[in-house]
Amino acid sequence: MPTKPAGTLYRGKTGMWSWVLHRITGVAIFFFLLVHTLDTALVRMSPKDYDLVIATYKGAIIGFAELGLVAAILFHALNGIRVILIDFWSKGAKYQRVMFWVVIALALILFAGFAPRHIANVIHDIELGY
Amino acid sequence: MVVIETPRSPRSRKSAKFERYGWLYMRFSGVALLVLIFGHLIINLVMNGGITQISFAFVAGKWADPFWKIWDGLMLWLALIHGTNGMRTIVNDYSERPMIRKTLNVALWVVCAALIILGTLVVTTFDPCVDSSVSHTLSVCK
Repeated sequence: MPTKPAGTLYRGKTGMWSWVLHRITGVAIFFFLLVHTLDTALVRMSPKDYDLVIATYKGAIIGFAELGLVAAILFHALNGIRVILIDFWSKGAKYQRVMFWVVIALALILFAGFAPRHIANVIHDIELGY
Repeated sequence: MVVIETPRSPRSRKSAKFERYGWLYMRFSGVALLVLIFGHLIINLVMNGGITQISFAFVAGKWADPFWKIWDGLMLWLALIHGTNGMRTIVNDYSERPMIRKTLNVALWVVCAALIILGTLVVTTFDPCVDSSVSHTLSVCK
């Protein structure tokens, strides 16, 4: 009976879950990028329609969804640095686990700085009637 | 126990070269995108009221300076190619039938090219005075 493989860089534990999260956040950001390129293209065609679409970005639903977008970007960007360090730094693979927790901690700190400010801005705009 | 199959047909030399450059591109563009996107988020979503300040006039103000046109243009090219290449990796991992894989990958690159062309045209031909009923508030159009 073969024993269960121990957690390696990409199988099991933080190594695998960071990879899963990297994929999920990457796909989410990709689809936002498609939409964002199209909505920004409106500045060339119709300033009024651009402002109309941007108004939805200030609304309650998309406004709060932006928190998820920023969280995804923070994780994907910082974990990307971790991936680069694993590939190019001679001790990267050895410290991949601790680097994962550094990524999570940094992402949380940056998110904690961003979220209250952004929520206040969205609420402010809802009160203005967006 | 899960055993990873022995690869029976190694990649061709040409394909291996493409994958190597793709791999390098993801890392170099990733570092550049970290700077570009964090900068974009700080300027557009954190400072001066964040999301509340965004409007046509805000974009026109930013793009009056070629610096932000280049910034946004670079972001467009690097991010779309980075994202499309990432999606290609995922398609290659999960699609089992060659026809479906080919179709999805072609669709990805067609969308990527279309959005890069569209976005590049938008940034390079931007006209703050395109709609006179809106632009009369902008000093450059008077």
